[in-house]
Amino acid sequence: MNFSYYPGCTLKTKAKELDMYARKSAEALGVTMEELENWQCCGAVYPMAEDEIATKLSAVRALAAAKEKKQDLLTLCSACHHVLKRVNDDMKNNEYIRTRANNYLKLDEAYEGETNVVHYLEMLRDTVGFDNLKKAVVNPLKGRKIGAFYGCLLLRPSGVMAFDNAENPTIIEDFIKAIGATPVVFPCRNECCGGYIAMDDKAAAQKQVERIMDSAVEHGAEELITACPLCMYNLDANATCHKLPVRYFTELLAEALGVK
Amino acid sequence: MHDTNKDMAEQVIRMSGVNPRKCMKCGKCSGTCPAYDEMEYHPHQFVAMVEKGRIEELMASKSLYKCLSCFACVERCPRNVEPAKLVEAVRLLVIRQQGKNYLKAEDLPALLDEKIPQQALVSAMRKYSK
Ligand code: SF4
Ligand code: SF4
Repeated sequence: MNFSYYPGCTLKTKAKELDMYARKSAEALGVTMEELENWQCCGAVYPMAEDEIATKLSAVRALAAAKEKKQDLLTLCSACHHVLKRVNDDMKNNEYIRTRANNYLKLDEAYEGETNVVHYLEMLRDTVGFDNLKKAVVNPLKGRKIGAFYGCLLLRPSGVMAFDNAENPTIIEDFIKAIGATPVVFPCRNECCGGYIAMDDKAAAQKQVERIMDSAVEHGAEELITACPLCMYNLDANATCHKLPVRYFTELLAEALGVK
Repeated sequence: MHDTNKDMAEQVIRMSGVNPRKCMKCGKCSGTCPAYDEMEYHPHQFVAMVEKGRIEELMASKSLYKCLSCFACVERCPRNVEPAKLVEAVRLLVIRQQGKNYLKAEDLPALLDEKIPQQALVSAMRKYSK
């Protein structure tokens, strides 16, 4: 199975491991990730205002490039996934935005939201299948108690993201089971880590992280996994009393598949 | 003065696509908001104040920069009002004015540390600067 792949700015710099282990694991699973040529930074925040058109264009360019290759667009970073998925929804369902974005871009054929945006975790669930993933595991992570930190961007708003049940998701727990470890469900796993405010108001970010770490520790997690470089940074930099190690889910995947 | 506010309220409604009159004032958005303690005006108040045309007060409030864009208020509102879109629209009214950026590119170096991901810088510029 071949996918167009959108890595995003951070996966080329501070989150190289998220990208590298994803590529190695995909190869082991028979999935080909074809990085889009000339992709541009998605902007990391979905511009919510209807009249914000220019800020949505880099996402539209990536979506249109995947359409041209007749491939689904694979994402890895939670923020890129969020932006691409929501802009795609606008291009499909919001005529005001669709018309204006196409007026700017003047593509050979207007883009109207045709591309499927697929997160790497969704690819594991829906294309590979967690049962097949389990069979491909050579080094099951037995005995490890892992908390899935979903955060906000993959899940909300669920009407558009359609990633999983936004209040009681299971996809990352199912992933953890497939790689042979024990998932630890904790209440704050789908709360906001406060990453966006980490630069402007450190105390507020610390408060958010404290709540999440306390909740994870209290429920018996010994490590956390995430798909978001900003969660990764914030959970690490702004943990005060409790501090669990945080890893990208792809690193554990590569470990289990014996390709780390 | 009142008319400016009214025009701005209409603009906020247009930009956000939110209809504040759908709100049934249950307070669930504010109850779930992780930035509640840091905010002077809470998500349900944004909805009520936009409805009443109290835009200048919102524009002057630091609450605009405390929203975490977590979409909890959007997800959990039983009336699908989407309060976060109002916070963003009012913030845009402020930062689209000449010289009113909340964060300037020159401010960034002082805020950096070794590990800060590009994503944090890009998103801060997108949220706080035009
Ligand atoms: S949750 Fe929705 S209906 Fe309830 S107060 Fe907030 S905006 Fe209004
Ligand atoms: S999106 Fe903003 S206003 Fe809404 S719940 Fe999150 S922090 Fe609060």
